Amino acid sequence: MSNCDTLHTLDAEAKEILAKINARTEPLKKSDRLAIKPLAMPELNPSYRARSMDEVSCGFTESQAMAEALRCLDCKRPFCVEDCPVHIDIPAFIAKIAEGDFKGAIAKIKETSLLPAVCGRVCPQERQCQLNCTVGKFHKDVGKSVGIGRLERFVADYEREYGEIVVPEVKAPTGKKVAVIGSGPAGLVTAADVRREGHEVTIFEAFHKLGGVMRYGIPEFRLPKEIVDREIETLEAMGVQFQTNFVIGRTRKLMDLLHKDGFDAVFIGTGAGLPLFMGIKGESSVGVFAANEYLTRANLMKAYDTQNADTPMWHGKNIVVLGGGNVAMDAARMALRLGAEKVRIVYRRSMAELPARAEEIHHAQEEGVEFCILQNPSEILADEKGRVRGMIIDRYELGEPDAKGRPKPVKLEGQSFEMECDTVLVAIGNGSNPLISQSTPDLKVNKRGNIELSDEDRNKTFVEGIYAGGDIVLGAATVILAMGEGRKAAKGINEYLASK
Amino acid sequence: MAKILFKKQLSPAVYQIRVEAPLIAEERKAGQFIILQIDKDFGERVPLTIADADTKEGSITLIFQSVGKSTKQLATFEVGDDIPVLVGPLGTPTHIEKYGHVVCVCGGVGIAPMHPIVQAMKAAGNKITTIMGARNKDLFLMKEEMEALSDELILMTDDGSLGRKGLVTEPLKELCEQARKPDLVIAIGPPAMMKFSALTTKPYQIKTMVSLNSIMVDGTGMCGGCRVNIGDTVKFVCVDGPEFDGHQVDWENMMQRMNAFKDEEDESVHRFGTHNANHKCRIDKMTDDKIKENEKGA
Repeated sequence: MSNCDTLHTLDAEAKEILAKINARTEPLKKSDRLAIKPLAMPELNPSYRARSMDEVSCGFTESQAMAEALRCLDCKRPFCVEDCPVHIDIPAFIAKIAEGDFKGAIAKIKETSLLPAVCGRVCPQERQCQLNCTVGKFHKDVGKSVGIGRLERFVADYEREYGEIVVPEVKAPTGKKVAVIGSGPAGLVTAADVRREGHEVTIFEAFHKLGGVMRYGIPEFRLPKEIVDREIETLEAMGVQFQTNFVIGRTRKLMDLLHKDGFDAVFIGTGAGLPLFMGIKGESSVGVFAANEYLTRANLMKAYDTQNADTPMWHGKNIVVLGGGNVAMDAARMALRLGAEKVRIVYRRSMAELPARAEEIHHAQEEGVEFCILQNPSEILADEKGRVRGMIIDRYELGEPDAKGRPKPVKLEGQSFEMECDTVLVAIGNGSNPLISQSTPDLKVNKRGNIELSDEDRNKTFVEGIYAGGDIVLGAATVILAMGEGRKAAKGINEYLASK
Repeated sequence: MAKILFKKQLSPAVYQIRVEAPLIAEERKAGQFIILQIDKDFGERVPLTIADADTKEGSITLIFQSVGKSTKQLATFEVGDDIPVLVGPLGTPTHIEKYGHVVCVCGGVGIAPMHPIVQAMKAAGNKITTIMGARNKDLFLMKEEMEALSDELILMTDDGSLGRKGLVTEPLKELCEQARKPDLVIAIGPPAMMKFSALTTKPYQIKTMVSLNSIMVDGTGMCGGCRVNIGDTVKFVCVDGPEFDGHQVDWENMMQRMNAFKDEEDESVHRFGTHNANHKCRIDKMTDDKIKENEKGA
């Protein structure tokens, strides 16, 4: 945290708030709580961090966390709990923080959530727990809601740094075996919940490292890999087995797990691993990458460490990222860190429609990423060696809302122009990877390749004993939604095994 | 982890290893490949086609040329050493059926991936003509194995030290000109060799499959790095391939993409230090005149 120059000022402010409150004799009223200003997250200086892999947000100090916790009104009907995909008892854990009982707070979270250090960092809180927060509503600004994500992160980090990580209790062995395919958020949650019931669990992972998108997709500067390692260690301590370098559908057919290898149930959590491209001319030129590839090289294969890593990295100077989601923000910010001089995001709607987390957009802007909104390429141009030299960009305006309620971008004729660049990163989403569905004909998949469920409360597929969840069912979504799916699937599997 | 059970140096820069991989040995089919890393933390992912498998021993055979940093380092591994990361079998297997007369054209280390295909095509009842090319007589891989499987084996060398002197495309063209044309041609080798093999057969409209070795990272369809233009479509070599219709491949783009990281790779080899075996495939030098000549001959 040495490079976090705002930390001391922000901590001092928090201490001042706490001192004033502690000096009071009568208890805090609602109006007092509403009067406390939202505590700001200490962050690395933008010009420094844009060239460093260090984590951008440094985390609340103890005083900051306690002061922020005092902002919570402990509502009778807590909308935050309703809007949390895994229904963490948010007011209860925040109350513990306010008391200074950080261990109690983390224990409260862990009753329902497995990966708080991850979720506190990557959840889109402004669209979930913080969306309908009474405090935010009062201030008419969702940005002024109680910083639930920051508080969650604080206690998870506190536990990791100062305390012993509590390993959830595992019931007596049942003799039943469950295979979990994929070690991303959905798989990890399913594995933990199923293991708690005393079943044997093996997680199969195609890559050489565990964590799925938390490993290959989300960059170090947003989610340090050490945190992912710690979360996985908890599962190891519970007795979950891991089998890396194992591609279900190739190394072993899914049905063989059930019929030959003695597994009683299977959970499919393989994620949305099939990058979508624009389908425009020139997209196969040298220097056009799916954000998946760019980020996988940098994150999983550590290609940013040019001194040690064997995997080569593409060192573009003038990079354009297509898309406006979290992956686009990650790719753009990674590009800066890998030495790009100019990084632009090209997005066909306006700033208001950007699907990325508000904080990521804000961070990207601070670091110098330029946003070219209401624009979209119609062609990628290459030089005589087939390398990217630019794009033809069309301009758009917003039209009528589409089926999802988002305004439809309408192309403005005769306003196209040429944009110079040497690298294009395509971050317009992911389809579902067909490896398992192709090799498991009985599974039902929809037009987009997502696995269909016969029971959505239990994430049961149309094949007995097979459950599925996360992006392979939802299409590209978020870590926390995948976790919620894993939780439901685990419930389904536990019920199924109990009845067998 | 996969233990090395056997290792043999086949030529100055080519090695054969047999590694313990019982599940891959059981599942693999002709045309599939594996990905390995020589270091779990910092290693790059290297795709290698499976040359053979032994289900009893639970092993697979890999043949590789030590050209890049990782393959040079792999060449230093000895029997008993573990390869830290080995995953597979990946890719879509070769479509095997009884076509009639199948001509298998292969060169250099491309002979290794051709071996299981010849095995399977032979087992399916096809007549096999194998055309193998190498710079000189000492560089042929699996010559005895291929001889045993093929109804006819044509050897081509650049220097005439064994078989005929010339390029593999020459006997291929002669076979195409026969009254009874081959029913299928499969070409595996350096991109230029596959490209010119496909160009050779195109005027005769003989279906020609090639096995592409694009740059890839994960090998399961997740990164899209290995994409190639096949006709009007974009395909991923790792899951849709590695085999494609050679007449549909956009060779220019494919070769440009293969060189995307050339500078970084050279730099990496340089840093590794052992700058040897600067192999340059002769067929890469084939000129446009040769293509024109081929086309004229049709």
